[in-house]
Amino acid sequence: MGKVLMKGNEAIAEAAVRAGCLNYFAYPITPQSEIAEYLSRRLPEVGGVFLQGESEVAVGYMIFGASGCGQRVFTSTSSPGFSLMSEAVSYITGAECPAVFVNIVRGGPGLGGILPSQADYFQAVKGGGHGDYHLLVMAPDGVQEAVEMMMMAFPLAEKYRNPVLILGDGLIGQMMEPVEFPENLRSEPTNKDDWASNGMATRNSDTPNLVKSLFLDPRALNDHNLKLKAKYERMMREDLRYEAYNADTDYQALIVSFGTMSRVCRTAIDALKRQGIEVGMIRPQTLFPFPEKAIHEAAIRPSCKVVLSIELNMGQMLEDVQRAVLGERPVHWHGNAGGDIPSPEDIMDLVKSFL
Amino acid sequence: MAKTFQKPESLTDRYMHYCPGCTHGVIHRLVAEAIDELGIRKRTVGIAPVGCAVMVYDYIACDFQEAAHGRAPAMATGIKRVRPDLIVFTYQGDGDLASIGMGEIVHAANRGEKFTTIFVNNAIYGMTGGQMAPTTMPGQKTTTSPMGRNVDEVGMPIRIAELLSSLVTPGYITRQTVIRPKYILKAKEAIKRAFAYQVEGKCFSLVEVVSTCPTNWGMTPVEAVDWAEKTMLPYYRLGDFKTPE
Repeated sequence: MGKVLMKGNEAIAEAAVRAGCLNYFAYPITPQSEIAEYLSRRLPEVGGVFLQGESEVAVGYMIFGASGCGQRVFTSTSSPGFSLMSEAVSYITGAECPAVFVNIVRGGPGLGGILPSQADYFQAVKGGGHGDYHLLVMAPDGVQEAVEMMMMAFPLAEKYRNPVLILGDGLIGQMMEPVEFPENLRSEPTNKDDWASNGMATRNSDTPNLVKSLFLDPRALNDHNLKLKAKYERMMREDLRYEAYNADTDYQALIVSFGTMSRVCRTAIDALKRQGIEVGMIRPQTLFPFPEKAIHEAAIRPSCKVVLSIELNMGQMLEDVQRAVLGERPVHWHGNAGGDIPSPEDIMDLVKSFL
Repeated sequence: MAKTFQKPESLTDRYMHYCPGCTHGVIHRLVAEAIDELGIRKRTVGIAPVGCAVMVYDYIACDFQEAAHGRAPAMATGIKRVRPDLIVFTYQGDGDLASIGMGEIVHAANRGEKFTTIFVNNAIYGMTGGQMAPTTMPGQKTTTSPMGRNVDEVGMPIRIAELLSSLVTPGYITRQTVIRPKYILKAKEAIKRAFAYQVEGKCFSLVEVVSTCPTNWGMTPVEAVDWAEKTMLPYYRLGDFKTPE
């Protein structure tokens, strides 16, 4: 199939259908309502399920129920909505159910604004809901990558029996870009008979399956958390993704940036190169697991004098970058949390101010 | 010789953890009997609540999912929408359904979700130790209304069956009790009917069951039955509030 021009939100919706997910529950919120609008037309065409829930709280549990009985399912929302879903996300993670969440982030806190933002970084990678858990978090830098990550998300969620979160922003959701839906990323849902409460008759069994997160025995709960921990460590070994850009040069500065912001940084790096200034970039594609080793190794390159964490918030990923650099180089934050995206010239001036 | 009475197949052999005089055991049995009689056990998924019945999955022998407090109707919606062939029921108490989960139950009922809710109303929070519920009776003493429920401050008890029957969407809404043997057969009939409507794919169904909590009411089981009959039944009227016919 050739390329088609699509709006990010609609491309994300279509990618889910192409990935073999025919169940979607959601509540409207700007700037991602086009996903629900698109699927309200598209899913009935393919015999799928579309339902608009009464709140993001309820939608979170519709996802839990549908996933717990063994079906592929996803939802999309924006920041305030993901806060409400975070209760269910904690339960889903505790009960080890696969599900895909899309957060097209807007500015915060509170109602904030509806322009592009990366202010939900902490919420995405450090938890969000209660308890000791992580999501596998992927952050696309454009519509094409959003499509690919969306299609990869379902088999990954099933591999780990853990929710996968796609963290976008209003720019990725709203802009139009040419995209194609890679055939090789289509996948069949895995068999879930060994754990899903899909009805004993479905799996021809006499033993009930129980989907739960309650472990009253302290040893059992600790064992459960150790099992989850091992899962997150496996994500680090097997599904860490990042891009190293201009990183084989003797760069004087290293940028760490993701999503929309990294596109601007890429333009700035190219322009600086034409001026004879080399800047490298590590772009995390998975925010959890985080490419801390790659960042550390890139930072300690002898030519590198400074590390810049450039993000659309007040310095959240900064903490993870500092943790990765381990004090080997100075690490500085640059960003904006109002909805304006720094320009390539801003980034070029910033880099020059440190050299 | 043929057996005339035995444990339902849908009930496990586990000892129940409920207090003496608690009605959960009776209600569990009625649900299990209804599931047996309709022959639906192997395609049934229950949703366990947060509350005293959180471990209902230890006692009723079908697939289960465990909900967060109040969210069972949303989970049941998720299952029923993607697997309409499964029989889905929620089992919820009054703190769960009538307080924190009021939004979920009203919208599930209004969408006409084709699952069944067993709503156990004992006018108090049981598992957390006897706090005031939306269903607590006027003047009733609880650990968070030590002087008795003051209706000037917190309003009158919520009557869920009446409230849900005001929705225009067709459904089966009934209130029963199991506090004396004479009521139990009727409750059984209602629970079976609620599941039967679901099997037919007809409508949302909810059976409210007026129950006792001797432990948290500070009464003997016998006193609790008398109190429920004298205080709760005149306010929580028994009978069908809505049928789909």
